[in-house]
Amino acid sequence: MSSVIRPMVNRDSAYFWEGTARGQLRIQSCNACGALRHPPGPACPDCGALDRGHVVASGLGHVFSYVVHHHPPVPGKELPIVIALIDLDEGVRMVGEVACEPEEIAIGERLQVDFDRVDAADGHGELTLPIWRLR
Amino acid sequence: MLSGAAAIAGIGATEFSKESGRSELQLSVEAVQAALADCGLSPSDVDGLTTFTMDTSSEIAVARELGIPELRFFSRINFGGGAACATVQQAAMAVATGVADVVVAYRGFNERSGARFGQVSVAAATQVNTNGLDNAWTYPFGLGTPAATVAMQARRYMHEYGATSEDFGRVAVADRRHAASNPAAFFYGRPITLAEHQASRMITDPLHLLDCCQESDGAVALVITSAERARDLAQPPAVIAAAAQGSGRDQYVMTSYYRDDVGIPEMGVVGRELWRQSRLSPAEIQTAVLYDHFTPYVLMQLEELGFCGRGEAPGFIADGAIELGGRLPINTHGGQLGEAYIHGMNGIAEAVRQVRGSSVNQVDAVENVLVTAGTGVPTSGLVLSRNGAR
Repeated sequence: MSSVIRPMVNRDSAYFWEGTARGQLRIQSCNACGALRHPPGPACPDCGALDRGHVVASGLGHVFSYVVHHHPPVPGKELPIVIALIDLDEGVRMVGEVACEPEEIAIGERLQVDFDRVDAADGHGELTLPIWRLR
Repeated sequence: MLSGAAAIAGIGATEFSKESGRSELQLSVEAVQAALADCGLSPSDVDGLTTFTMDTSSEIAVARELGIPELRFFSRINFGGGAACATVQQAAMAVATGVADVVVAYRGFNERSGARFGQVSVAAATQVNTNGLDNAWTYPFGLGTPAATVAMQARRYMHEYGATSEDFGRVAVADRRHAASNPAAFFYGRPITLAEHQASRMITDPLHLLDCCQESDGAVALVITSAERARDLAQPPAVIAAAAQGSGRDQYVMTSYYRDDVGIPEMGVVGRELWRQSRLSPAEIQTAVLYDHFTPYVLMQLEELGFCGRGEAPGFIADGAIELGGRLPINTHGGQLGEAYIHGMNGIAEAVRQVRGSSVNQVDAVENVLVTAGTGVPTSGLVLSRNGAR
């Protein structure tokens, strides 16, 4: 099985992956108006400010939608896998893999984030992915 | 005013297959030659070329092979299959403004025997641009195929509106019924039943195999010139009554997941513009070609374009409305599920045939045909008419 696809990381997104490496799920926040945002970007769509920071999420949320992926193969994954759109309690939405059986997942289910180090011996360096568990 | 200024005068295509056995450039050249022959023009008449950003054959490479002497206009449209109708819009705008006289829109690929879009593309995830950055929020978590990205929207649509997998399946059944009587279709002579749809294997739950379009090799080309000149050429013109692009708020490529609601509001942008330009309404469309890489988005398009209300598409199609003989037959060539997946360009060719009255599945008394391009991405659409602007 080939290795997990690495995220393209740049200076607008590095804070997120630095967070997962420390066991934190980070959400970009606007230092001018306080708006939270995911996925992140260099400007605040609400107020236009370029000054931004982040908050650490509680790691709690619920399933907005989900799929069970059977085909075709996905690098670094043993199929089938459950992938969800998760509404975080803080009010932003993100995609995540859910470590559960396909028949256990449903829209509205409560989830809690955990972290999975996938760097292993594939020579691609450190990477920690959020992984979600049923609560 | 763009409406009525230009027309699609010629259409051409290669055969549609799973292994063309020749280069993507050759496929495009063959399609352009066929399209020019269709309307009685020659390469020396062409002064503009347009295609998809994704196409691997550049405008100058195509021009060289065809012996087109000089180009005064060349352009590319981004965002995958969302580009299809926008290539015609580009051509129509060039013609309407006098920038060019004859523009050919082309798309050719070996999408089955070469790079397959349905597989997980590591290259797409690692490209160093904002698309690569956007994909960082999905691919590492295992969401990396077009089918999976659509399945996520489909699941929520089912939850919100009570739609079922059978509702999606009715789109596949309609397309395959139409393909069954189209000799150019890969699935010629092979209709399916709803039971067969339900029994087909899961790709990404809730999408079955038969909810997914084909993977195809082939090319299509379209010749666009002024409506006035088109009337003097070999074929009845398909007048471009409207040509629109659309991108919605907080738009992504296949993963516009961060809006409050699910759906494809970018197609609503296209629809409103099509109605505005053409001064037509959904009731005045006799047949449509709705981009069908995956069945759920056909239902959502019917809603966004105003053929029915939000969440009403399952009821709208339940009585066979989208099949031949129904209120709004769609994808009469068999669609990308039944004929071939040529990134939406084969659907535009079918819309032209419906306007000409030459489709193998001809709808009665066609005046106006609506065509859409790729869904889930920034997209485009056309209204083609027999008589043009009102």
